[in-house]
Amino acid sequence: MNIFDSKLEFRGFIGAVIVLILVIPLLNAFGSEGSLFHVSAFELSLWGKYITYAVLAMSLNILWGYTGLLCLCQSLFFALGAYAFGMYLMLHVGVDSVYNTSLPDFMDFQGYTELPFYWAPFESISFTVVAVFLIPGFVAFIFGYLAFSSRIKGVYFSILTQALTYALMLLFFKNNLELFGRSFILFGGNNGLTDFKEIMGADVNAASTQRWLFISSSLLMLGVYLLIAWLITTKFGKIQQAIRDSENRVRFSGYSTTSYKMLIFVGSAMIAGLAGALYVPQVGGINANEMTPAKSLDVVVWVALGGRGTKFGPILGAIVVSIIKSYTTRAYPDSWLIILGLIFVLVVLFMPNGLVGLPKQLKPWIDRIKNRGSKVVEATSPSAP
Amino acid sequence: MIRIPDKKHTPLVLSVDGVTKSFDGFKAINDLNFYLSEGELRTVIGPNGAGKSTFMDLITARTKPDAGRIVYHKENGEDVDLTRVREHDVSQLGIGRKFQNPTVYRSHTVYDNLKLSLSGKRTLLSSLFYRESNSDREKIHEVLNTVRLSEFKDSLAGALSHGQKQWLEIGMLLAQDPKIMLVDEPAAGMSDEETDRTGELLLSLEGKHSLIVIEHDMEFVRQIARRVTVLHQGHVLKEGEFSFVKSDPEVIEVYLGRQTRNH
Repeated sequence: MNIFDSKLEFRGFIGAVIVLILVIPLLNAFGSEGSLFHVSAFELSLWGKYITYAVLAMSLNILWGYTGLLCLCQSLFFALGAYAFGMYLMLHVGVDSVYNTSLPDFMDFQGYTELPFYWAPFESISFTVVAVFLIPGFVAFIFGYLAFSSRIKGVYFSILTQALTYALMLLFFKNNLELFGRSFILFGGNNGLTDFKEIMGADVNAASTQRWLFISSSLLMLGVYLLIAWLITTKFGKIQQAIRDSENRVRFSGYSTTSYKMLIFVGSAMIAGLAGALYVPQVGGINANEMTPAKSLDVVVWVALGGRGTKFGPILGAIVVSIIKSYTTRAYPDSWLIILGLIFVLVVLFMPNGLVGLPKQLKPWIDRIKNRGSKVVEATSPSAP
Repeated sequence: MIRIPDKKHTPLVLSVDGVTKSFDGFKAINDLNFYLSEGELRTVIGPNGAGKSTFMDLITARTKPDAGRIVYHKENGEDVDLTRVREHDVSQLGIGRKFQNPTVYRSHTVYDNLKLSLSGKRTLLSSLFYRESNSDREKIHEVLNTVRLSEFKDSLAGALSHGQKQWLEIGMLLAQDPKIMLVDEPAAGMSDEETDRTGELLLSLEGKHSLIVIEHDMEFVRQIARRVTVLHQGHVLKEGEFSFVKSDPEVIEVYLGRQTRNH
C-alpha cells in the first residue's frame, strides 16, 4: 500500500531524509567556517528547535486538522515532555562547587539534602525516555476521559484545554506545593530547569551532541510524517475525519467515538511530549512560560497558516512563523504579537487552506490572467491582413 | 384501539411498553405503547412537539426512559432491553437511524461513506488494519445501486444535492444491514420528483427490513403509508390503515385539520 499521494511527495520525502540526516549534519561537521557550505552550531540548534516545533504542530494537526478537536493545550504536552527530559538533565549536572552536592541548585537553595521520591527515577535515562511520552499521554488520558465521556465538544472542549494548561502553568511556576501539611519541592519555579551539563555521559553543548540531537529531531519528524501519511489512508484515519464532519453519524454507525477520540488525543499528546524532550537539550532549558495559553495558541496559528488537515502544512507553518518570529523579535520586538495576530486574521479570512492550499486557491486567477493573454492574441490575429 | 400483534403469527421486532420520558417536568413521551412487526413499514405522523424525535432517541438509546420497557426482539428469539444498551452498540444490534438533516461525511467520497458504514468490527485495531474484501466491495456496489448513486461513487458527499445526501444516508443505513431502520423525515427539503423516488426506495425496502418512517408531508405519507401511527402529546392517538386514520375526526382535529388550516 502506498502512503504517498504522488511521486513528488515521495521524492520530497527522500530529499528531506538526505538533507536532514546527511547533508546538514555533514556540513556542520566538515564545512569550513565562513564558507557558504558551513552550518554553524547556532544555525544547527536553531533548526533543530524549529523541527521540534514542526513535530508539535503535526501533533496538533492530528487532533485539530483531522479530527476537528481544537486543543488549546498542545504546548502543555510539549512542556511536560520537556520537563521530564529536563529533570533527567538536571540530575546529571555533576557536583557543584558551592554546595558540594549533586542535587539541582534550586533544591540546594531550599536546604534539600536528598532527592524527593518523585525526582529520583529521572536519574535513569531509560525511565526518562519512557516518561517523556507516558506522562503527557497520562495527562491526556485522564483529561480526555473526563471530557469525551461526558460529551464535551467544540468550543467547550477548547476552553477546558486552555484552562488545563493555565492551571498546570500556575502549578509549575510555584517552587513548592503544600499538600497534606507537607511541602513538596516542584520543578524549579520561575527559572524552570536550565544550565544542563551532560546527556548520557556526553557534553550537552558539544558539537557532536548537538548534531545527534538534530538528527534525532529530524528522525522524529520524518517518522511522525510517515505515521500520519499511513494513518490517513487507513479506515481509522477515515473515521477520524468522519468524526470531524459528523460525530453523531459515526456513533450511530456503531463506532465508539469516545474511544477513537481518546486514542487520538493520547497519541497526539505523546508525540508532542517527544518533541518537547528533544527541544530541551537543544534550547538549553525549559520553564513554565512554555505552558502559558499563548504558547498553545501559537501552535494553532502555525497549523492554520501552513494548512490544517494537510500532511506538509503544519511543518511549513511552524517553520515559517518561527522564522518570522525570530526576525521580528530582533528587529521590532514590540510588534511581534500584533504581527502574529495579523497573520492569523489574514489566514482565517483569505487562506482557508493555508500556505499549502495557496497554489490551488490561486490557480483560477492565474488561469484567468493566462486566458486573457491568449484571447487578446486571438482577437488581434484575424484582423491582421 | 392499539392492536398488539400476536407474536406467534407475526413476529415482533420491537416492543415499546408504557414508556414515559419527561424533560424538566414536561412529558415529551407519555405512557407510549408501540409494536413493530418484522418487515413492516410503519409511518409515524404527528404535529410538532408530539414527541416523534424523542421517540426515536429512546429507541436508539440516546435518551433513557423514566418508566417503561423498550425491547428489541432478535431473530434468534433473544430479547434485548434497549434501555440498557450504549448508544454506539445500538447499531451493532441491527438498528439504524437516519437523521432529519442529512448527516453524511462531507469530506469523504460517497464510496467511503458507505465503506465506513458497512457492518463489521468497530474496534480501534480492526479499523487500523482493515482491508477491503471482495464481499465488502460487492455490498457497497449493491447499496449504490439501491440508492441510485452508482455514478456518484467517487464524488465527495459534500458536493451532492440535498436529495442525494438523504439517499446516501439511507444507503449508509443499508450498508449496516439493519433489522430496524428509523428514518426521520426523509422527504424534507426534496423536490417532488426526489420525494417520489424516496418513496419508491422505502417501499422497496419493506419486507427486507422493518422500517419506522417519521414524516410531516402528507402527500408523501399517502405514497408510502401502510399502517400509520399518529402521535399526539407523547401518546399514541390513533393507529391503523392510512385511509382509516386520515378520516378520523380526532386526527383531523389535532393534525390534519391544523395543517390544512395553516395552508
